[in-house]
Amino acid sequence: MTIKQLSAFVENKPGRLAEITEVLHESNVDIRAMSIADTTDFGILRLIVNCPDKAEKALRDAGFTVSQTSVIAICVNDEPGGLHHALKVLSQVGVDVEYMYAFISREDRSGAFVILRVGDEETALEALRKNNIKLLAAESIYDM
Amino acid sequence: MFFQKEIETMNRKDLEQLQLERLKWVASYCYENVKLYHDKFDRAGVDPYKIRTLGDLRYLPYTTKEDIRDTYPYGMFAAPMKQIVRIHASSGTTGKPTVVGYTKKDLDTWSDLVARLCAAAGATDEDIAQIAFGYGLFTGALGLHYGLEKLGTAVVPTSSGNTEKHVMLMKDFGTTTLISTPSYALYMAEVATRLGYKKEDFKLRLGLFGSEGCTTEMRDKIEEAWGCFATDNYGMSELMGPGVAGECELRDGLHFAEDHFLPEVIDSATGEILPEGATGELVITTLTKEGFPVLRYRTKDITRLNYAPCACGRTHVRMDKVIGRSDDMLKIRGVNVFPSQIESVLMTVPQVGGHYLLIVRRQGFMDTLEVQVELIDSSLLTSYTDLENLQKLVKNKLHTVLGIDVKVSLVQPNTLERTTGKAKRILDLRKEGEEKAGK
Repeated sequence: MTIKQLSAFVENKPGRLAEITEVLHESNVDIRAMSIADTTDFGILRLIVNCPDKAEKALRDAGFTVSQTSVIAICVNDEPGGLHHALKVLSQVGVDVEYMYAFISREDRSGAFVILRVGDEETALEALRKNNIKLLAAESIYDM
Repeated sequence: MFFQKEIETMNRKDLEQLQLERLKWVASYCYENVKLYHDKFDRAGVDPYKIRTLGDLRYLPYTTKEDIRDTYPYGMFAAPMKQIVRIHASSGTTGKPTVVGYTKKDLDTWSDLVARLCAAAGATDEDIAQIAFGYGLFTGALGLHYGLEKLGTAVVPTSSGNTEKHVMLMKDFGTTTLISTPSYALYMAEVATRLGYKKEDFKLRLGLFGSEGCTTEMRDKIEEAWGCFATDNYGMSELMGPGVAGECELRDGLHFAEDHFLPEVIDSATGEILPEGATGELVITTLTKEGFPVLRYRTKDITRLNYAPCACGRTHVRMDKVIGRSDDMLKIRGVNVFPSQIESVLMTVPQVGGHYLLIVRRQGFMDTLEVQVELIDSSLLTSYTDLENLQKLVKNKLHTVLGIDVKVSLVQPNTLERTTGKAKRILDLRKEGEEKAGK
């Protein structure tokens, strides 16, 4: 149970991010979650959107270097220790987390959502399921 | 394939005899008809009527681009305007353009020589050739145009600009031969891919590239993108335009049209003539031109001459692909760097595109070189490590070739400037820095 994340290459220059959001806007793409890290020269913009294939094509046609990566989305209790519980499960089975970012939704106030990119997806999914951590299906995120 | 086989395969003794006769003619013709040359001969105390051997060429005065600028526009025309039938001018990136004129006979020779190089590259009267050089004052487009027509090739004069239309016509017309700069050929391939065309949609089999340098690696990239056989040719408007030298199908050097051009290689700093096979600045004397003859023209192009016979049967001397221009040579922390060296490294890294920009800065007393390349491989976006490794790989490869450290910057695709003419690939900010520091 994985979801599609878009990764786009962005130069560290004024206006570059806005060029990407302009393309998404024009293609009527809704952004669910996003993350970008700052480095000196360039960044990789990670996006969860409502229609990843359409968004990827729009960005590629506009000349961006873009690709799809599979990530895991989980829902944790929005309370102290909620995220810790899930991460501990992963650490116990020796799965490393490459990066993660979180968001909350308008409807479901009780849970916080976390996007995880892990080294070993199979092992991670199995361990999360066994420990009753709520995994989100692709559709439920896209339709959020 | 030959266009003028008898001349192209002439034995060297006869060729040198022909050159000597023509050299005697052009020296006296320049002396009698161009004031600049009259003065140069007199000042140097050289008698143009006393040339006895080809070796006497060394006594003749050099001609520079500045000479042509100083006599703008017609000062170096040797024929009266009554006999001039065409005028061309260089792009003139700095100041006034350099203006050249042709008599009817010059145009006839010109189209013969272009036909020669096209035939040598493999073009025939069955081909359909699309010319993507800008028509106008620039010699490239019209030079190739009349040469290809003389060969019997069907010429499609699309000129430059509107790349989408170019690509469409290439498919619809079944174009087999493309005439352009190497960088524009690559750009056209990018556009074709973006528009959804496949290699099989085109009948392109041959590319004749010129007007800017092209490394073997860049050529390989063009061939891969278009599935065609790519050849390089050499010329400049001061000498005639395209047609001065071109590759035969063996692509082991560019054959000079030695019956019309006499090449030498000199040390560009001292002006000393270098021995056969040495690398230096190419100097050329036109042997038959009437409208705009030049004696020992300093091309500023760095190359090497090879007099060994070629397996194709041509006896005319070959020059290596131009390594760079003596004034394009960047001196970074005391090391000579030619953009072509950087280009040949980048072409071996498939994750980055074919376009690049070199930025030179001075920080304190240190020169720095930044190389900007476009990231095209989207599979590297999973982690920053992959991108940083790519930067390191390019940096290390460049260090191996250049011997200096450079900064490698990855930029977004299609953000570096594309041109239909000569690509501008160097941004030297050192002078600006010095001015600022001086204020």
